[in-house]
Amino acid sequence: MLHILPLLFFQYFTTNPELILVLKVVLSIVAVISLVAVLGLFLIYMERKVAAAMQLRLGPNRVGYIGTLQTMADTLKLLTKEGFTPGESDKFMFFLAPVIVITSAVLAFAPIPFAKGYQFWNLEIGVFYVPAVASISVIGVLMGGWASNNKYSLIGAMRSGAQIVSYELSVGLSLVSIVVLTGSMNFTTIIMSQENGWWIFKGHIPVVISFVIFLIASTAEINRTPFDLSEAESELTAGFHTEYSGIQLAMFLLAEYVNMFVISAVAATLYFGGWMPLHIGHWEAFNHIMNFIPGVIWFVGKTLFVIFIIMWFRWTFPRLRIDQLLNLEWKYLMPISLVNLLLVTIITLMGWHF
Amino acid sequence: MQLTNRAKPVEKKAMNFSERIYLPAIMKGMSITFRHMFKKEPTIRYPEQKRDFSPVYRGVHILKRDENGAERCTACGLCALSCPAEAITMTAAERQPGEENLYREEKYASKYEINMLRCIFCGLCEEACPKEAIFLSNSIAMSNYGRKDFIYGKDRLVEPVSPPAEHVNNFEEVRREKWLSDTGREK
Repeated sequence: MLHILPLLFFQYFTTNPELILVLKVVLSIVAVISLVAVLGLFLIYMERKVAAAMQLRLGPNRVGYIGTLQTMADTLKLLTKEGFTPGESDKFMFFLAPVIVITSAVLAFAPIPFAKGYQFWNLEIGVFYVPAVASISVIGVLMGGWASNNKYSLIGAMRSGAQIVSYELSVGLSLVSIVVLTGSMNFTTIIMSQENGWWIFKGHIPVVISFVIFLIASTAEINRTPFDLSEAESELTAGFHTEYSGIQLAMFLLAEYVNMFVISAVAATLYFGGWMPLHIGHWEAFNHIMNFIPGVIWFVGKTLFVIFIIMWFRWTFPRLRIDQLLNLEWKYLMPISLVNLLLVTIITLMGWHF
Repeated sequence: MQLTNRAKPVEKKAMNFSERIYLPAIMKGMSITFRHMFKKEPTIRYPEQKRDFSPVYRGVHILKRDENGAERCTACGLCALSCPAEAITMTAAERQPGEENLYREEKYASKYEINMLRCIFCGLCEEACPKEAIFLSNSIAMSNYGRKDFIYGKDRLVEPVSPPAEHVNNFEEVRREKWLSDTGREK
């Protein structure tokens, strides 16, 4: 009797749908959390190396081989620091703010396909879901800035609120142009529609314009230089996270890099075909050779390329003023993306795209 | 009042179209940072890689020995006298029979201390020395945790026993040649 017990267990586990669901959820949570941790470590390292290369420096090169363990050491240092809460602050909101920011960043991972069939949630409205979830972070930022009971924090949070709410529009409109072209909001369907070429090549100039607008607007939305008015260390010490320290500060910083990855992954998926290898029309032989490179490499490569562009922005441009920032959005990006959307719609209706 | 006619009035021209859309300037800026990525960085990785000092660099003092390995210093006190920072102190002692290979002349410094925090590395001690016993080397005074660790005694000043012979006699020349060859100025 005893020797079939493991078999019974196995049978119970594999046939009980509730248990399978629980197992799936647990596995997904573990996968996402480890992905976020690795991404945070890697992207911060990459950022510091890219910054160094652009400023003719070496960057971290002491801890580990060419400094690869530097971010690990920094994180450990941050985690061992005191989590300080200002005396006059709103304690509960102060505690909640970084949790909301990091949660919204992690939630946005759900519909992103990492390779063929590797997706946490094949959501029908994935393209809509990502900006919707990512914009929750503005609540966390506002909350943190308000609860800190610090003028710098409050100014940073208010700027960030104005900024994220307005740049949401351009992000949405440039995403819509791809949705119009494919007629679907499902990420997998969008990727499959790029089987004979990526949209950035197939969609003529309007898609290129929408890609550029998406890059600019999403850089603004994730509060990175040249749009980092909410942090603005030369004006506001650290903006909305001035009062944060230790693990809570680490959560804010991690959320920034996770958001950057999500934004880049979305850009890579919509404009560069996600895990879809480089295919050119009906060149069967060429397409076949390209298929030998696994999808996850294509996906990560494209995402890192977009991340590199965003980092390139950061280490090239000075920060905008708040009026310039809002002018750029409401007077230039918004009208351009509206006209661009019209062009894309015409192209789609007339069937002019490849 | 105008002193010279070199002053230029500030010109504030209206920006033309390509300047107003900023795109050419943005592209230019991005191309500059991109080009930087392929340039060699001028960094010197310090502890592994050291920059050469000039041949006349005045670093930490060194008390020389003669060609037989005996200390040249006779504790005459001229260095201490010449020192504008009053960093040098010494105690003289008489050479005992049997110590001829340790000290060159009948009198020697039993204690010789330089306070590196007082020293201004002017090199006057080197000039004052009649016995060519003290020189400023091309190494720097290392950092320390306490003030008293900056008072260098004979243990840190006297050069190690049996150095290469030419190093003792024409110290300056050797240093200069080494510098020339290290920096590649010699053909």
